[in-house]
Amino acid sequence: MMSFFPNRTVVGAMLEFQGAWHAMEPAMHQAPHHRPPVHPVLYIKPANTWQRAGQPVLVPADVPEVEVGATLGITFSRTASRVAVADALQFVSGYCVVNDVTVPHTALLRPPMRHKCRDGFCPIGPWVPASRVPDPGQLGLRAYVNGELRLSSHTQNLRRGVARLIADVSEFMSLAPGDLLLVGVPENAPRARPGDHMAVEIDGIGRLDNPLRLEPAPLHPSKGAA
Amino acid sequence: MKTARVFFGGAVHEATMAAPSHPAGDQLQLRLADGRVVQESAVGWLPPFEPRTLFALALNYADHAQELAAKSSAEQGGFLQAQRSEPVVFLKGANSVVGHRGLTRRPADGEFMHYECELAVVIGREGKNIKRPQAIDFVAGYTVANDYAIRNFLEPYYRPNLRVKSRDGGTALGPWLVGRDDIADPMNLALCTLVNGRVVQQGNTRDMIHDVAALIEHLSSYLTLSPGDVILTGTPKGSVDVQPGDEVVCEVEGVGRLVNTLIADWG
Repeated sequence: MMSFFPNRTVVGAMLEFQGAWHAMEPAMHQAPHHRPPVHPVLYIKPANTWQRAGQPVLVPADVPEVEVGATLGITFSRTASRVAVADALQFVSGYCVVNDVTVPHTALLRPPMRHKCRDGFCPIGPWVPASRVPDPGQLGLRAYVNGELRLSSHTQNLRRGVARLIADVSEFMSLAPGDLLLVGVPENAPRARPGDHMAVEIDGIGRLDNPLRLEPAPLHPSKGAA
Repeated sequence: MKTARVFFGGAVHEATMAAPSHPAGDQLQLRLADGRVVQESAVGWLPPFEPRTLFALALNYADHAQELAAKSSAEQGGFLQAQRSEPVVFLKGANSVVGHRGLTRRPADGEFMHYECELAVVIGREGKNIKRPQAIDFVAGYTVANDYAIRNFLEPYYRPNLRVKSRDGGTALGPWLVGRDDIADPMNLALCTLVNGRVVQQGNTRDMIHDVAALIEHLSSYLTLSPGDVILTGTPKGSVDVQPGDEVVCEVEGVGRLVNTLIADWG
C-alpha cells in the first residue's frame, strides 16, 4: 500500500459538504457572522497534528470526546498557483484518506486552534495516484467507531468539488508538492472517546485505522527540559 | 550571533555579517559559511531559517486593537473583550513566506492592504506544558516579520481567514536570525515601519498584551512546540494602505531591518 506524508502545509476547508453548510446556514445570518462565507472557510492542521496510520491518537484529559473527521486529502505533483477550474486536476498527484480529528465546536468566528490543532489530531492514511481515481467527485466515504458504521457520505455532496476548491484556494495560496488539501468533513461527524477505535474509509483509496487513547498526565512540566 | 540564509552562485548558504558592517544597505558584506566574503548586492535573501509551523497573533497590542475597533463596526468591540482573556492565535502556510528584500503582490481587488511589523520568536527546543519561568529557554532566537493583511478580504469565519493572512508572499521574514542571548530583554524593543522612508508605525514590545513567555506557555499548554516553529507576536497601531512600488521597511531594535517591496498584480 502506498502512503503520503506532508512536509509543507495541510489545509482543510469547512462547510464544503452540502449537509454541513445547511446545518450551519441559520447561524450564518446571525451575529457574529451576519452573512454566509463567500470564499472557502479554511484552516491549517499544523505539523504537530500529523499522525501515521495505525498510531494511537492521544486525547487530552480536558477533551471528553472528539469528532471522527472523515475526509479526502488531495496531493500535488507540481505547484498549482492561480489555476483555472478546468486545469486544476492536472496538478493533482493523488488522493489519500485523512481523519481530521476535531474537538466538537460550534463557534466558527476564531481559528480552531484548540479544536483542530492538538498533537496527533490529523492521521493520514493510504494514498493512491490520481490515475486510480477517475473522478474525485464520485467517491463514497465512511467513518466507523469500534467497527460500527457511523457515517456514510459521498463526494457528490461537495459544494465546490475538488477542481473548484483547488482553483479557489490557489487563487491566493499556491499548492505545491508536499502540501495536502482536505475537502472537508461531512455533517453529523460521529463522536468517539478514549478507548474507542476510529476508522475512515474511502472508495478506491483505502481505510485508515487509529485507536483513541487517553493522554497520560505529564510527568514533568516541560518535555525536553534539561 | 546573527545568521542569514542567502542564495549565491547557484546554492543556498548560511551567512553572517562580515565586519565592518555598514548600515547603508548595498555596502553590506556577507561571509558565507565556506569563508567567501560577498557583496550583499550579489545575493538573494531567503528567510533566515526554514519555518515549521507559523503561529501568529491578532490584536496583541492594545493600541492596534483600539485602532481597528475605531475603523469598523461594533462587531469589533466583542473582539477586544475576547483578546484580553486568551490570545487570538492563527496559523499561516509555508506558501506565505518570503525573505528580506522580497516582493509581495498587491492583488488588483485589494482595497486596503497594510504591513504589520512584528517581533518573530523562533523556537529552538521541543516542549509541551512549558511554564512561564522556563519559556525563554525554549527560544532559539528572533527575527523581524512583516505580516501583511488585506482588510477587505476579511470574512467572519475562522477570522483572520487565510485569504487575508496566508497569501503567497504575505509573510516577510528576516534578514537575520538573532540568537536568543543577543537580545537582553525581548520585552523592551522599539518597533518601527517606514513606507518610502516615512515613519508610519511606531511601538514597543513592552506594550504586548500577552508577552513572549505567556505566548509560549499558552501554545504549549495544548500543543507541542518544536524547533523551527515561529511565533509572530502581533503589531502595534499604525496601519496605512500600501500600493505597488512602495518600499516597506520594518525594524525591530537590535533584531533587524526587513525590506519588502509591493508589486502590482499581473492579471
